[in-house]
Amino acid sequence: MSLIRLGLDVGLRVLTGSHFWEGNVACAEGALAAGCGFFAGYPITPQSEVMERLSLRLPEVGGVFVQLEDELAAINAVLGASWAGAKSMTATSGPGFSLMQEGIGAAVMTETPCVIVDVQRVGPATGQATKGAQGDVMQARWGRHGDQMVIVLAPNSPQEMFDLTVRAFNLSEAYRVPVIVLADEAVGHMREQVYVPPPEAIEVVNRRKPKGLNEPPFGGRGPDRVPPMPSVGEGFNVPITASTHNEWGYRITADALVHRKLVTRLIEKVMANADRIIEVELQNVEDADIGVVSYGITSRSVYEAVRLAEGRGIKVGHVRLKTLWPFPEKEVKALSERVKAVVVPEMNLGQIVFEVERVSRSTCRVIPLNKIGGGELITPGEVLEAVLKAGGT
Amino acid sequence: MLEKHFARRFLRERTLPTAFCPGCGCGTVINCFLKAVLELGYTDLKGFAFCSGIGCSAWIPSPYFNADSFHSLHGRAIPVAMGIKLVKPGLKVVVFGGDGDIAGIGVGHLVHAARRNVELVVIMVNNFVYGMTGGQVSPTTPLASYTTTTPYGNIEPPMDVANLVKAAGAPFVARWTTYHVYPLKESIKTALQKRCFAFIEAVSQCPTQYGRRMGFKSASEILKWFRDNSIHVSRAQSLKPEELKNKIVVGVLEDVEKPGFVSSYYEMLQRVKGVAAG
Repeated sequence: MSLIRLGLDVGLRVLTGSHFWEGNVACAEGALAAGCGFFAGYPITPQSEVMERLSLRLPEVGGVFVQLEDELAAINAVLGASWAGAKSMTATSGPGFSLMQEGIGAAVMTETPCVIVDVQRVGPATGQATKGAQGDVMQARWGRHGDQMVIVLAPNSPQEMFDLTVRAFNLSEAYRVPVIVLADEAVGHMREQVYVPPPEAIEVVNRRKPKGLNEPPFGGRGPDRVPPMPSVGEGFNVPITASTHNEWGYRITADALVHRKLVTRLIEKVMANADRIIEVELQNVEDADIGVVSYGITSRSVYEAVRLAEGRGIKVGHVRLKTLWPFPEKEVKALSERVKAVVVPEMNLGQIVFEVERVSRSTCRVIPLNKIGGGELITPGEVLEAVLKAGGT
Repeated sequence: MLEKHFARRFLRERTLPTAFCPGCGCGTVINCFLKAVLELGYTDLKGFAFCSGIGCSAWIPSPYFNADSFHSLHGRAIPVAMGIKLVKPGLKVVVFGGDGDIAGIGVGHLVHAARRNVELVVIMVNNFVYGMTGGQVSPTTPLASYTTTTPYGNIEPPMDVANLVKAAGAPFVARWTTYHVYPLKESIKTALQKRCFAFIEAVSQCPTQYGRRMGFKSASEILKWFRDNSIHVSRAQSLKPEELKNKIVVGVLEDVEKPGFVSSYYEMLQRVKGVAAG
């Protein structure tokens, strides 16, 4: 049969060992390793390999894969499946990500754990469908109407497509919040070695269930502000609504205090746990003249630029953001206080640079380095040039 | 002593009375649905999951039914229901929604769920307008109707939703009005026993947003209009199109057997397991 022909270890959820995988495949395998039991999606370049892989693999592990009529159906089916008790995911790219925003807002409001993978491509609109970009950073943060906070992770390699997808599930289960894996075409399609640890070495977090019928499913009175989550069909008779509701789920659409309390908590439950959520990679930050803040595929050029600068006697400190939102304020602020200038390379016309400016509070210069179109990456040479210029050499 | 209404055992007492306007057809649909549930022998709604979108009839299960209910986004109740059904196939998953929700913004999901034959029961309460937002024209508003966005009369032909769903492949399709409470209840009973995509259009009165602007003086006047203008499908088949103009064709429009999507999916899983083992 086809599965055997493809050389897969059929029936296994965690494919322990070393693989030569493209990022999108690693993402799908990360989802399985994290316990994903449901995927609904709609084909779109450059994420289709995520869903193709899961169409093959999810049935092997007894999970559900469905391709639906559009991205609206996909994200909403994910919400239903998550409330039915399955760890759920969808994957998309720019235009589909735009269509999913209302559903992601509903996930925020109903506190539904789910993972949304956005393999970024050139936008706006249809843009350049096959070419990579980093233009959805602010959309990932602010794409929905109303006040809210989600978690956004930015992988920079196929290995991290695996690792951060596992982490995305864990964070979404721990905090009952949608988590967005903000990948890009280059990371999605590049092939590198991906190491999959044995199942017992992979941390897997599951949502907390209520102890009994008297624990409110939308309460969150504890220090982490996260309420326990029942599933439908378990006798909890939970009214779930994307409208404003009290801690038992009853819709209350006119009371200002109920709304304030709910939405404040929805943001607090992420912000109060920010230290546990935020991950950065630090390179030479203790002793640097110039700083660079990067994320995703662009960081790969920064590694090389840091080395090239060193060869010229310039100390470059690099903060690579693995978590984009909540924004790693402390780490970026600390860097900005040590250096003369911070260079922010992005494959967009300036998005995360505004956050860097905000947290650096004019303690140093913040220099954007931008490139868009054609999926062209920012090269190590371009980063080096910006660093040299920032240092006055 | 006054006997407690049969429906109250299935309702959340603390949410009553309902927010529906006096004379609204949603109360009739609630009664018909819960009577069907009762007659099928259920004593509670534990084996059910209800999904709805946005609009007056989306409030039927949420929050009134004492059950798990997902009051989701406008038009998206069917995908939410599908997500639940695929993960928990043992639950009876029922969608309530209006004509705007199901046949307007959510029509794509309706057609595809019917085509896939997802094992859901979808009850569309067709009151001809967007009631909750103030009575705007909807996909089912009759021609020449006055609504808040057709002040000169509606120039769009209405959509025959039940026949659309039938054409899309749904194995069970019925249409009744809130005048036909007994057959409506019977069709709901049939739908709840099916393992297929079962669609029921309940033509319903909105005295506040539709009736008022169309010159109906009360809800009962609209019900009389339903009574006088409904034709059973068995009779309608022998009538010419012009004789059916402005009539409501009621009855069971489709009742056939087809393999359901969710059961096909789980059969596929067994097959895959066999491949994996062998």
